Amino acid sequence: MNVWLEILLKLVVAIVVVFVAAFVVMFAELKVSAHMQSRIGPYYCGGRWGWAHVIAEVFKWLQKEDLVPAAADGPVFRSAPMVSVLGMCAVVVVIPLSPTLVAADLDVGIFYALAAGAVSTVAILMAGWSSGNKFSLMGGLRAGAQLIAYELPLVLAVVGVVIQAGTMSMVGIVEAQTQPVFHLGSVGIPLPYVLQGQIVGFVIFMIAALAELVRIPFDMPVAESELVMGYLTEYTGIRFTMFLLAEYGGMVVMSAIASVLFLGGYYFPGLDVEWFGPFVLLGKALVLTFVIIWFRWTWPRFREDQLQSLAWRWLVPLALVNIAVTATLKVLL
Amino acid sequence: MNAPRTVPSEPVRSAVPGLGLFKGMWLTLKTLFSKPATVFYPTEKEIPLPRARGVIALDVEACTVCMLCARECPDWCIYIEGHKVEQPPAQPGGRARSKSVLDRFDIDFALCMYCGICVEVCPFDALFWSPEYEYSALHVAGLLHPMGRLSEWLKTVPEPPALEEQPESPVAEEQP
Repeated sequence: MNVWLEILLKLVVAIVVVFVAAFVVMFAELKVSAHMQSRIGPYYCGGRWGWAHVIAEVFKWLQKEDLVPAAADGPVFRSAPMVSVLGMCAVVVVIPLSPTLVAADLDVGIFYALAAGAVSTVAILMAGWSSGNKFSLMGGLRAGAQLIAYELPLVLAVVGVVIQAGTMSMVGIVEAQTQPVFHLGSVGIPLPYVLQGQIVGFVIFMIAALAELVRIPFDMPVAESELVMGYLTEYTGIRFTMFLLAEYGGMVVMSAIASVLFLGGYYFPGLDVEWFGPFVLLGKALVLTFVIIWFRWTWPRFREDQLQSLAWRWLVPLALVNIAVTATLKVLL
Repeated sequence: MNAPRTVPSEPVRSAVPGLGLFKGMWLTLKTLFSKPATVFYPTEKEIPLPRARGVIALDVEACTVCMLCARECPDWCIYIEGHKVEQPPAQPGGRARSKSVLDRFDIDFALCMYCGICVEVCPFDALFWSPEYEYSALHVAGLLHPMGRLSEWLKTVPEPPALEEQPESPVAEEQP
C-alpha cells in the first residue's frame, strides 16, 4: 500500500476513535455525575437521554468569541491548546487495539507513550505563563510542580511491568500477558499483570495518572474555589474546547495505557484478539475511565503540600521498592 | 457558676485509614443506581405543602383599609388606596357612621420577599397565604397583582389547620 495513504488512513482512524471516545467520556461524566448527585443531567437534547448534549455544547463553544487578553503573550497563548491536544494524540500512536491494529508498534512503545504524554505538561505551563493573569500563573506553576512530581512514580510504576514482560513494546507487553502462568490440568491460565504481583504498581500508576490528568483529587491547578479556573481562566470558545478535549481524550488514553500494561490490553480469554480486541481494550479503558469519574464525584481535593508529600514520601519510595522486588523475583523465579 | 467549657473533640478516625474514602464511593455508587430526586417540572408537578408561601390572597370584604400591612411591609410592595363613605344610621336619629371602602390594593410580587409580615399583622384576617406558585409573567409589570387578582387567589387558600387539643380551662370548671 502507498505509504502516504496508509499514514492518512491511520491518522483518520486514530483521530476518529480518540475524539469519539472523548465525546463519550464527556457525556458519561455529565450523566454519571448527575445520577451520583440524584439528578437527571442532560435530558432533552437529541430526543432521548440528551445524547446529543455534548455535540451541541461543542457547537456552542465554536460560536463563542475567541478572546486573547491584552496582557497575554499572543502566539504562545494561541498555540498552548494545540500543543495540549497534540500531546494527547501523540500517545495514541502506540496503543494497540489489536496485534495488527496499532499505528506503530515501537520497540520503545511505553517509553514513547510516557515521553509524549509529558508534552501536555508543557502545554499547561505555556497556557499558565502566557495568559498574563495571576490565577493562570498560579495554576500553571501548580500544574508544573504536580506533573513533575507525579511523572516519576508513573514511570517507576511502569518499570515493574517492563521488567516482568522483558519488553517495552506495547504489543509485546500484551503478548506476555497472554502466556499461561500456570496450568489447570491441560488448560493454561494466563493472568494480567495486576494479578501477577503488579497490584502495587497498578495502584501507583492509577494515582499518578490521576495527577497527570489533573483530575480530582489532584486538581489543584484548576482549583476553582481558589484559582478561578487555573491555567484555563483566560480561555474561551474553541481553545477552551481543545483543552477540554485533551483532558477527556487524555483520560481515555491513560486508561487504555493502564489496561494494556496491567489488565491484559486487547486480550480476553476466549475472544479472538483480531476481531474483538479493539472492543475489549476500549471496554477495559472505559471501566477505568468510569472509576476516574467516580473518584471525581466522591472525593474532595488534596491540599498542595499533601499532594507533594504523597508523591515524594510515599509513591516514589513505594515504586522503587516495587521495582526492586519485581527484579529480584524475576531473577529468582 | 461557670458553664462547663466544651473541649474540642478529636476528629473521628476510622479504625482503617482511608476507609472513609471507600464509604464515600459506596454512597455515590448507591446514589448512581437509585432513582433521581428530580421532578420534571413543566410536565410533572410537585404538590406544595398546604402552608407553603406561594402567593398572598386578599379578602376584600374583611379589609378595613387600616394600612397596617402596607406600613409593616419591609420592602413597601403593597399599595393601598381607599375612601370613606357615610353609612346611614343604624337606628333613626342615630349618628351616621363612616365606612372605609377599598379602591386599590396591589401587591407587587416582583418586590415581595415572601416574609409574611403582612399576613401576620392583619388584624381583620383579610390576608392569607396560598400555596399556588405558578404566576410567572413575561414582563415585570405582570407581577403587580391588583385587587381583583388577589381576591381570585382566595379560592386557592386551604382550610386553616384545626386547633390543637387543649386541656379545658380550670376557670370554666369552677363556674357551675
